[in-house]
Amino acid sequence: MTRSLLPPRSSSTLQGNVFSRFFHYYANPGRFLHMGTRVQPYLTYSALFFTFIGLVWGLFFSPPDWQQGDTVRIMYVHVPTAILASSGYAALALCGLFSLVWQHPLANLAAAEIGPVGACATALCLVTGSLWGKPMWGTYWVWDARLTSVLILFFLYLGHISLIHAFEDQQHGYQAAAILALAGVIDLPIIKFSVDWWNTLHQPDSITLTKAPTISSSMLWPLAFSMVGFFLGFCAIVLARLRAAILERRIRNLLFPSHHQPFNSR
Amino acid sequence: MTRKIRRLWFVVIFIACFGTAIGLILRAFSSDIVFFVTPSQIVFSPLSYHRVVKLGGMVVAGSVHWKKHTETPTVTFDVTDGLKAITVIYRGILPDLFREGQSVVVIGTTTPQHTFIASEVLAKHDETYMPKEVADALRKSGKWDPRFGPPPSDIR
Repeated sequence: MTRSLLPPRSSSTLQGNVFSRFFHYYANPGRFLHMGTRVQPYLTYSALFFTFIGLVWGLFFSPPDWQQGDTVRIMYVHVPTAILASSGYAALALCGLFSLVWQHPLANLAAAEIGPVGACATALCLVTGSLWGKPMWGTYWVWDARLTSVLILFFLYLGHISLIHAFEDQQHGYQAAAILALAGVIDLPIIKFSVDWWNTLHQPDSITLTKAPTISSSMLWPLAFSMVGFFLGFCAIVLARLRAAILERRIRNLLFPSHHQPFNSR
Repeated sequence: MTRKIRRLWFVVIFIACFGTAIGLILRAFSSDIVFFVTPSQIVFSPLSYHRVVKLGGMVVAGSVHWKKHTETPTVTFDVTDGLKAITVIYRGILPDLFREGQSVVVIGTTTPQHTFIASEVLAKHDETYMPKEVADALRKSGKWDPRFGPPPSDIR
C-alpha cells in the first residue's frame, strides 16, 4: 500500500554518487518506513541475542578482576552505555547537519527520537559509573574532567530535547535543536581525550585504536558482546520510535488536513 | 556555489570557530581542570596552608603506619610522584583499593611541617583488567609490570 504512494524510481533525485543516492532514496518517509519495517525484527532480535550473551557471560561467568574483584562486573553495563552516550550524540549532530544543510526530511524526526534514548544511555552511564566509583575510588562523584564532561553531555541531551518543544513553530524548534546538536559536538573529543589531556581520577581507556587492549581477553569478549548488543538495541529502539513518529505524522495529516504538517517545511 | 554548499560552509566555520573558542578556554583553565597536583609541584611551589588541594601520587611501599588510639584509625603514609614524597596523615576509613604501591588522590591541606592533613582519601586504579590467575602467572614468569603496583600475591 505504501508502495503506490511512492514517486517513480527514475526521479531526478537518484543521480549523484552512491552516498547521496542512498540518502535521497530513503529521504522519502514512505520508502524509509518500508525498509524500517523489514529491518526491525532482525535488529531487535540480534540486539536481544548479543545483550543476553554479553550480560550473562559478563555478570556470571567472566573472572573477577585481580584488584577490583566482582565489582569489575559493572563494566559490562557501564562501558556500553558510555559508548552509546557519545555515539548517540554523534548521531544527533549528524542529524543536525543533514537537517540544516540538506534539509533532509527525516533528519529532524530522527533527531527528536534519538535525543531521549541517548539521554537515558547517558544517565545510565553516570549512575553505573557512580555506583562503581563508591566501592573502588571511595566516592560517588568527583569533579574531574571525564566525569564533568559526561555530565555536560547529559545536559546537552536535555537541552536538545527541550529546545525541540520550546517553540510555537515546530520547524523553529527543530532548527534551534540542530544548532545546539552541532555546537555540542565539541564535547565529544573533550570526553574522549579528557583522561589523556588532564590528570583525572578516572582511568584512561583500556581499549584504544592504536595500542593492544589492556584488558584480559576473558573479560574483553563478554564486553565486546555487550557493546554490540547495546549498540544494536539502541538502533532498534530509535528505529521503532522513528517508525512510530512517521506513522503518527501521517495519521495526524489524514485526520486534520487543515493543519497539514509536511515532513520538511521551510 | 549552490545554497547547500554555502550552508555546509556556514556549519563548518561555525563549528571551527566555536571549537577554537572552547579550546582556548580549556587551555587557559588547564591548571584548574587537572584533578590533582603532584608532590613535587607542592614542594617546589608551596601553597598557602589554608587552601584545600588534591594531592595525587603513589603510596610509598613500607610507609603505611596505623595508629589506633581512638575508635577511628589514624594512618600515615608517604605519597610520591617519583621525584618528591609528602607524608599524609588521615583519620578515617580507607577505600578498599588502598594499599602500598597504589595510586591515590588525597584531599586536604598542607602544614608548615611539610606534612599533609587529609580529609578524604580516594583510590585511583589503572586501565588494566585481568583475572587473578593471569596476574599470578605474570608474576611467576617475571613479566609483572611494576607500573601495576606490587604483584598481587604480595597483597594482604
